[in-house]
Amino acid sequence: MNRDARALACVPPGVWLALGLSLAAQLAWQGTRQPAPPAAADLPPPPPVQALRLASFGEPEAAARLVALYVQAFDLGGGNALPYKNLDYRRLTGWLRAILELDPRSEYPLFLAARVYAEVPDEARSRIALEFVYQEFLKDPNRRWPWLAHAALLAKHRLGDLALARRFAAAIDHYTTAEDVPVWAKQMEIFILEDMSELEAAKIMIGGLLAKGAIRDPAEARFLKQRLDELEARIARGTKR
Amino acid sequence: MPAAILARFVLLEARRSGLPWLAAASIAVALGLAAFLSQVSLTESRALQASIVAALLRASAVFLIAAHVASSTLRELNDKELERMLSLPLSRSTQYLGRLAGFALCGVALAAACAAPLLLWASAGTVALWALSLACESALVAAAALFFSMTLAQQVPAIAASAGLYVLARSMAAIQSIAGGPLAEASLPHELARWGVDAIALLLPRLEAVTRTGWLLYGPPDAGAYAAALAGLVLYTGLLIAAGLFDFHRRNL
Repeated sequence: MNRDARALACVPPGVWLALGLSLAAQLAWQGTRQPAPPAAADLPPPPPVQALRLASFGEPEAAARLVALYVQAFDLGGGNALPYKNLDYRRLTGWLRAILELDPRSEYPLFLAARVYAEVPDEARSRIALEFVYQEFLKDPNRRWPWLAHAALLAKHRLGDLALARRFAAAIDHYTTAEDVPVWAKQMEIFILEDMSELEAAKIMIGGLLAKGAIRDPAEARFLKQRLDELEARIARGTKR
Repeated sequence: MPAAILARFVLLEARRSGLPWLAAASIAVALGLAAFLSQVSLTESRALQASIVAALLRASAVFLIAAHVASSTLRELNDKELERMLSLPLSRSTQYLGRLAGFALCGVALAAACAAPLLLWASAGTVALWALSLACESALVAAAALFFSMTLAQQVPAIAASAGLYVLARSMAAIQSIAGGPLAEASLPHELARWGVDAIALLLPRLEAVTRTGWLLYGPPDAGAYAAALAGLVLYTGLLIAAGLFDFHRRNL
């Protein structure tokens, strides 16, 4: 490559050997030190939003999404049969709140809270995540209502807490003012009260969001489709029994 | 026109150096990283890709132009090329401005190359606004790097000073917000520190307001705010040029 370089044969054999040995040693050393996936206990307390903003060097949108990916990795990987079941949810919602403050228009933290962290089979943790969604919904109802709508369904079908589900549904009706909020969302309290199965309700909601073009992201559409399939399979298993 | 000839030489040098390859490598790395991260995202995968690519390419463009200006200028200084040029019947202002024009054009070319991949995720109009903003930002960094290279006459200090100015300018809004936060105690030392921060901010460009990734994700900026942000860049570039010319005219080679 370099015109001034001498031929490879000019390199003494000892130097060749040293290069080869040191490279092999490096590969062997690193090969034995595969990092373990971050455990629940490793999630540190959330930093102040101002510190995150300072660290973002004026790129809050990119930083918010990177922090969301960082938080998402805790208590998820490896042979973890029930992801997120050991996470400290107070700490977790602190992180999600910090991400939202970094980029208030990002939907990632609310998606994680409503569709990932609130669906853990632990009622106390699920309630913390749902309350987070409700509190953040109040700050921007016209943009964040889909997450509260999902939270209402979870409150009814997973927690069996009709009062909580009605509180969320009523909040959507009360606080949303934008014209593009669909009628079914405004009247959600009705289908919370109706004797409808979780699958039916989820199909109406996800189908409504897809039809309205609210879900454009391919990763999110894939995730929701997978969740619907899982729900369908779970209900089918329950019916057979 | 002598300044235009000098600018052409600078562009020619940039083309023959590793700059185009480094720019291409930066674009490839940014696209690769964005593709990898989008695989692990559950939602907003397109927004994630756009924001990561935009943030990385913005930083790369600025770093590449600063490093190129510093290395090119200091090579001329060390090789006594600058003395030879100054013996020609050209004014010092022409020499300085011609060279800077060449570097600024390099910045414009880098900005255009960095903006092109963003067309995958954002509309052409928004990307054009982002690219114009990055071109102005790169020109400002080129002016800063030329000023520091001529003044400090050493490569590492020149690059460090340019990077320091850039990072501080991008972080200043966050630093001011921390200094003026409601939790800060109202004591005299704190007030003095806050005034100090505000005074430093007066001497810096508002880089957090330009080349925003948010434009690509959430739509183009308000025309007035965009024009004001770019006007701030142009004004500060003018200040750096004036400071550079002042120093260059006083310089005893």
